[in-house]
Amino acid sequence: MKFRLIRRDTASRLAMFTAPVLALVFTCVASLVLFAALGKDAGAALYALLLKPFLSWYSFSEVLLKMAPLLLIAQGLAIGFRANVFNIGAEGQFIVGALCASALPVYFPDGDFPLMLPAMIAFGALGGTVYALIAAALRTRFGASEILVTLMMALIAVQILNYLLLGPWKDPRGFNFPQTVMFPDNAMLPILFDGTRTNISLIFSLLASVFAYLMMQHHFRGYQLRTAGLAPRAALYAGFSASRMVWLGLGLGGLAAGIAGASEVAGPLGQLQRSVTSGYGYAAIIVAYVGGLNPLGIIASSFLISVIYIGGDNATVSAGLPVAAVEVFQGLLLFFYLLTFTLIRFRIEFDRKVPA
Amino acid sequence: MSGLEFLLAGTLAASLPLLLAALGEMVVEKTGLLNLGLEGMMAIGAAIAFICVFHTGSHTLGFAAAALISTVVAMFFAILVIGVKANEVAAGLAIGVLGLGLSALFGKSYESRTISGLPKIDIPGLSDIPLIGPTLLTQDIVVWLAVLGSIALWWVLNRTKLGLIIAAVGENADAARSIGYPVVLIRLCAVAFGGAMCGLAGAYASTVYTPLWADGMIAGRGWIALALVVFGTWQTGRVAFGALLFGILSLGELTAQAMGVGLPSQVLSSLPYLVTILMLVVISRRRSGLF
Repeated sequence: MKFRLIRRDTASRLAMFTAPVLALVFTCVASLVLFAALGKDAGAALYALLLKPFLSWYSFSEVLLKMAPLLLIAQGLAIGFRANVFNIGAEGQFIVGALCASALPVYFPDGDFPLMLPAMIAFGALGGTVYALIAAALRTRFGASEILVTLMMALIAVQILNYLLLGPWKDPRGFNFPQTVMFPDNAMLPILFDGTRTNISLIFSLLASVFAYLMMQHHFRGYQLRTAGLAPRAALYAGFSASRMVWLGLGLGGLAAGIAGASEVAGPLGQLQRSVTSGYGYAAIIVAYVGGLNPLGIIASSFLISVIYIGGDNATVSAGLPVAAVEVFQGLLLFFYLLTFTLIRFRIEFDRKVPA
Repeated sequence: MSGLEFLLAGTLAASLPLLLAALGEMVVEKTGLLNLGLEGMMAIGAAIAFICVFHTGSHTLGFAAAALISTVVAMFFAILVIGVKANEVAAGLAIGVLGLGLSALFGKSYESRTISGLPKIDIPGLSDIPLIGPTLLTQDIVVWLAVLGSIALWWVLNRTKLGLIIAAVGENADAARSIGYPVVLIRLCAVAFGGAMCGLAGAYASTVYTPLWADGMIAGRGWIALALVVFGTWQTGRVAFGALLFGILSLGELTAQAMGVGLPSQVLSSLPYLVTILMLVVISRRRSGLF
């Protein structure tokens, strides 16, 4: 039997909620089968992944800690994605943000720099933005694909990080480990809840979400960005500046990733080290899509992905699962989301034989 | 062995995973698609090939299994992009992450295990040539097969009707469809081919080049292969040349020492990416609109 996919005139509202839920259910089923096939206790694995993070205040606070960078980066990226500006290199902008922020405590290790923390965040924001805008410049001036340029820039950022950590920025008293000095107290973000590592970067992320929501849903600029993504020709005829969308889409993505990078070194890490490249930039792409590129949806999806991160750490202990299980889960989730997302955009129509 | 001899002997083997993956992706992109999941498809291929060779001792079986599993993963991409018309960037990342995760999951219990690689073949006559004979021209069977395969691919793409149809599908899918070419089938086959090639590339990396399992052993080769397709401007010969060049660069510090260059190795490691950005700028002509 033949069938066709017919694009809906308006997205099915019910499907917008059911698609991510269905994707999560499918992902759980698929992972259960996979873990069982590998001879692991699949039930225990899923329990550790999805439920255990809620069972103690500390692990829940760790979820919130993870959520801060993922949410912030994903909100920035989603704005670009909705305008068909594909910034795939948020990981690079995150690293550059972390590097720029670290420059201050590295050169003023005694903390005698006025307004240390705000300056670090500003440096990080600036670094991430400028790094992303290189791709915008190449795209608007030469038409170079921002997908590939941002990706290549991310890989270059890793090399810059390696160079600094192995060379000029290496802590002279760090036993030759590739890491900088520990940051002074005034270079650290204040903790939000006593006894946890959750810091005020979560507030930045929630503020960014409010900003993204107001801009995308209620501001003319957001309307322009959405039109550019949904109906490029219409945007062109309406006279919306195409290059402005590219600059804005990439710039905001870089800004968010840069602040997230700065918050990472001024937060849980407390120094610049190699583990700053932990893949938040890539995971945030998954967060943005699974959240339906919607500012509210992204709050939910960033929470879900953070739960899985913390759950994955638990599962390595309790269910003997390698950390990679988290990647598998994320990959499956995005796969099933993209699949069920069809429900939103299309309806299936079966070809019926025309009666003679 | 001197630095130069080392480079001559090692370059082809270092280039091979890049070459195979890039040629596969090149065919995918020629049909008008972009699959960003190379790294993941190579990683899962590498894991399966290693496990297969570890238990059976047969490299043939290992390569076949790797090609098969990576094709299966590539089909997930096809379901999303060709089947339900999902965003290809997101779809590519999904299978990339999935492939990397599965690779680590399956490979977990083989961490640091070793297997034997493939013997280098002495070809009488060739290996007697001074300097390049015992180094550049003494390679394992896979290298020679890959050289023949690349020539065959060049021939198919440039000298046959199939090559023209593939180009037509990529240049203008609607036009190709309207004159009756099976666009969906061609793209499906291209994605499958791209997957299989990534599988073979991963298999070579894990069972021949460094026959030892370590998580994350693909180490960014998939991204370099992706860059390579652009660098080679979607032409078989240039992609092959680029693979050699990037292969030499991937030998990193050793190359720097051999060439007597005082640059940090990170500069050399960044070169493929920098050159690719430069290529993108040079080849991308400004179109009428940006959307």
